[in-house]
Amino acid sequence: MTAYIAHYLVMVGIYAILALSLNLLIGYSGIFSLAHAAIYGIGAYASALVALKLGLGFWGGMLIAAAVGALASALVAIPSLRVSGDYYVVASFGLQVVVLAVFMNWTDLTNGHAGLPGIPRPNVLGWVIDQPFEYVFLAAAFAGLTYAVCWRLTRSAFGRVLQAIRDDEIAAQAMGKNVVQVKIVVACISSALGAMAGSLYAHYITYINPSSFALHESIFIASLVILGGSERLAGPIVGTFLLLAIPEMLKFLAIPDTVAAPMRQIIYGALLIIFMLVRPEGILGRVRRENATSR
Amino acid sequence: MSGAAASPIMSVKGLARSFGGIRAVDDCSFDVQPGRITGLIGPNGAGKTTVFNVITGFLGADRGSIQLRGREILGLSPHQVERLGVVRTFQHLRLWGKMTVLENVLLGCATPAGENVFSLFLRAGAVRAEEARARERAMQVLDIFGLAGRGHEFAEDLAYPEQKLLSMARIFAADAPVMLLDEPASGLDGESLRRIVPMVRRLVEHGKTVLLIEHNMELISELSDDVVFLHQGRVLAAGAPAEITRDPALTEIYFGV
Repeated sequence: MTAYIAHYLVMVGIYAILALSLNLLIGYSGIFSLAHAAIYGIGAYASALVALKLGLGFWGGMLIAAAVGALASALVAIPSLRVSGDYYVVASFGLQVVVLAVFMNWTDLTNGHAGLPGIPRPNVLGWVIDQPFEYVFLAAAFAGLTYAVCWRLTRSAFGRVLQAIRDDEIAAQAMGKNVVQVKIVVACISSALGAMAGSLYAHYITYINPSSFALHESIFIASLVILGGSERLAGPIVGTFLLLAIPEMLKFLAIPDTVAAPMRQIIYGALLIIFMLVRPEGILGRVRRENATSR
Repeated sequence: MSGAAASPIMSVKGLARSFGGIRAVDDCSFDVQPGRITGLIGPNGAGKTTVFNVITGFLGADRGSIQLRGREILGLSPHQVERLGVVRTFQHLRLWGKMTVLENVLLGCATPAGENVFSLFLRAGAVRAEEARARERAMQVLDIFGLAGRGHEFAEDLAYPEQKLLSMARIFAADAPVMLLDEPASGLDGESLRRIVPMVRRLVEHGKTVLLIEHNMELISELSDDVVFLHQGRVLAAGAPAEITRDPALTEIYFGV
């Protein structure tokens, strides 16, 4: 049972990093990305390959994963964020599709559908993290680091500029803000953090294959952000705790085995719709302005 | 005394810009003198806002040149033009409505260290000091514009005349010498006009140069030191407001009689 809870907490830590980093784009910059699972996958594959083929271990793998993730994001962001508006949604969708195709088809490197087994466990100062409950601390430490980075970014002049760009890009330009540059920078930071989560995942599960990084995963990460509330830093964390807990709880429902899987899917989907009907601004979202008490 | 006029702070020469077959701005030339208020007037569709958009880099030009203190600024992007010292308001204000009044003005203040992600993490002390300076400056600016004590309200919750003041306050905070005001008095009634008009005058007392678009002829005469009359994208006349407003031919064009 402790191993079960520990596994849940590790996955919460990893998804919290993904949701927090995606919220830098969705919530704070008004840029909707559908490529976060691809970035997550790039991090996982880069880290795994560096560990397996170059023997650089977890730390070297994570560092290179973050760099490759940021680079992949920059390649898409530099041409597409020059154009304002929803263009990036399409471009990021393209990135998601291409990256997944590479994972599946560049078999010499990625081993295709069969995936990459035998990824080494992290070694922290000579201590190999191979127990789930030990990994909880590692995941929590990186989630905390991500939270700190997002906190610093959003509660600063930089964060003010992000919000200004989100709310009125033209006004931001007129006030001397280099809108394109700021958007590219935030896309790279978001991706570096998302790739870091991929690295944590790869060295935790020790086996990766393309199915963990498909489009539905991108949408899942976005729903963590939106359900938790994209206006607050803690929103995505709450969303992560909740959305990862619901499927686990549904396992305890007395459903006949033959229909269990589809029933769980149906209940899960219905709950999502109910959440969005009851609190469209997200669980931690601000109460609608009309009801807000005077500040 | 050489007798020559002071050299212009901004000089527009032979500016042309077409949209499809329509020449919105056509061989437009005028000077803006430092420390003065220049009024850009003309009937609807004369090209006034297009001139603003070209000066501030939001629109390209087909021909011409715009010199700011002897430096060509045509072809630069909006943020580059701002950094060289030309700021503007918009007809539809474009405030950040869901941000506070103070944040709106802070965005006008220069905070290069806090906007740079490297210094944000590596030079925390410098960032903190810069932010403190910016906040102090923003409070001063709010005070100048009569918005002290309103800093923590959302910009969208201000009354319209106050939103107009805020749109001027945030560009004033940028410390740029040239301020372009797009219809600072539009949509205001008598009472609030009496708040805005002296404010525009005070900009000059603070060392600013103002170029403004205005429809209200009376206001132009009251406010401007120089007037440039634009019609079909061309400068028809330029001079003292009294000469322009008294010219029957121009009045006819303006009022379309």
